[in-house]
Amino acid sequence: MNQAISTHRGRLALRAPSLETTAAWLLAVVWIFPLLYAIWAAFHPPAYMVRFDLFAPLTLDNFANAWAQAPFARYYLNTFLLVTGVVLAQFVVCTLAGFAFARFPIPGKDILFMLVLIQLFVFPEVLIVENYRIASGLGLVDTITGIGLPYVASAFGIFLLRQTFKTIPRELEEAARVEGCGWMAILLKVYVPLAKPTYLAYGLVSISHHWNNFLWPLVVTNSVESRPLTVGLGIFSAPETGVNWATVSAATLLSIAPLLVAFLLFQRQFVQSFLRAGIR
Amino acid sequence: MVIQNADRRMQVYGALLLLPAAVLLGTFAYLPTVATLVNSFFLPGFRGAPPAFVGLENYAMLVEDATFWKVARNNLLYALGTIPTSIALALGMALFVNARLPGRGLVRMAYFTPTILPMIAAANVWMFFYAPQIGLFNKLLGALGLSGVNWLGDPGVALTSVIVMTVWKEAGFFMIFYLAALQSIPPELKEASDLEGTSRWSFFWRVTFPLLMPTTLFVLINALINAVRVVDHLFILTKGGPNNATNLLLYYVYENAFSFFDRTYAATITVVILLVLAVVATLKFTVLDRRTHYQ
Repeated sequence: MNQAISTHRGRLALRAPSLETTAAWLLAVVWIFPLLYAIWAAFHPPAYMVRFDLFAPLTLDNFANAWAQAPFARYYLNTFLLVTGVVLAQFVVCTLAGFAFARFPIPGKDILFMLVLIQLFVFPEVLIVENYRIASGLGLVDTITGIGLPYVASAFGIFLLRQTFKTIPRELEEAARVEGCGWMAILLKVYVPLAKPTYLAYGLVSISHHWNNFLWPLVVTNSVESRPLTVGLGIFSAPETGVNWATVSAATLLSIAPLLVAFLLFQRQFVQSFLRAGIR
Repeated sequence: MVIQNADRRMQVYGALLLLPAAVLLGTFAYLPTVATLVNSFFLPGFRGAPPAFVGLENYAMLVEDATFWKVARNNLLYALGTIPTSIALALGMALFVNARLPGRGLVRMAYFTPTILPMIAAANVWMFFYAPQIGLFNKLLGALGLSGVNWLGDPGVALTSVIVMTVWKEAGFFMIFYLAALQSIPPELKEASDLEGTSRWSFFWRVTFPLLMPTTLFVLINALINAVRVVDHLFILTKGGPNNATNLLLYYVYENAFSFFDRTYAATITVVILLVLAVVATLKFTVLDRRTHYQ
């Protein structure tokens, strides 16, 4: 019967997989393996960490242990607040700046823009020492605002929105002006709606970046009240804590689950947005 | 006159729009950069004493600091180990999933998944692989009758282990840029070369690869930045050890500032990182921008 189906679909299905197909699949298996391994370890008793047995009993104990041993609910809330806060603030600040760079005659605009672009290379985490001092001077140490604020004026977001706004025909703007719109109304009614795909792309990239960010949040936080998931996970799985690995796997899965599920659901959008945001 | 006024108003309005970004960038980018430079010429003041200006003394210390040279060398090796490998793999992956391939969507997803994971989570998983007694790699070696390797504890192997994990994490991300570039290559080129009977090998080297040059340069810049910026995995895998065998520049800054509490020496090392990034930026803005052709 297989034969019949194959002949129906043409010769391709009958042929043995080519060398390239085999290599591509092999590489894919190697690449996905660590994640599959973590899933295996998380859902089976610790004894099965390196003993693969299809009939090994499934368990949720590891998740229960992880959940009991660290305040993951609090970490989730912190990460959620951080990510939404940063993305919304970035949207506002970068929209205003992108609009200014795209449409307003500002003296020394090119130099200002170059100055902004420098931030593409000099990230807040490179300047951790001084940024920590500034955050502490502003009373932002150990706050979620302190984690997010250095990233709000993102050169990348400003650049992306400036490029998008520049492609929007001026006629649309003039039509709005004829109807009596001021600059803010033009921005909100003409530019922002037309830049929706850019916001989506930038939003997804920014969400995944801040969900995953570690070094700066580690430095600036020192209590459960402000720690995001990554930092919580980093502390949780430090060798000194003596937690067993099955539990660490479960904790790892807990921290990546929302992003991973989102990725599986919106795979195309994720890939597209990394791409859109990357090509500049 | 009226027009001039309108122009002036536009300028003021534009400046106001820039203000929030300018204040934030000033606070968290320019000010700390300048402060880092200034601090690198000082020693921290103890017990309320003001910081003392010491000129280039911190830099002299840096030059004498064997650990610094080791860390700088590690970072160079780390860059040399991760960048070409992950770029080559990314290109290979992109070629694979750009061709007709059964299960192409799944394969592409498999390549890209590590990109979505936090470095910390990825490092957690790799920790299981590298663990000396119960780790997967040594179990596999054991099954083959070979003795295990102390992947993260042996100074001769540790950096390579860290590099391998980084390559796994980065290659899929770079793949998507190659994939996009491959898809923008007009199919007529392939058809024409097929008509002329060009082999696939020479088509790749003479047509595809040169056309991918801008993408390669773009990916290279990103990889270079990452090589000095991303140190998250060290916190889980090695903490820079054993005996600084995997310590990298930014991690060394972190150690000096937050473990040894030597802020000015940390600033001095940061200046080195800033110099490296300045070279990368100059490369990007001068040489490469003339050769890349993104719309």
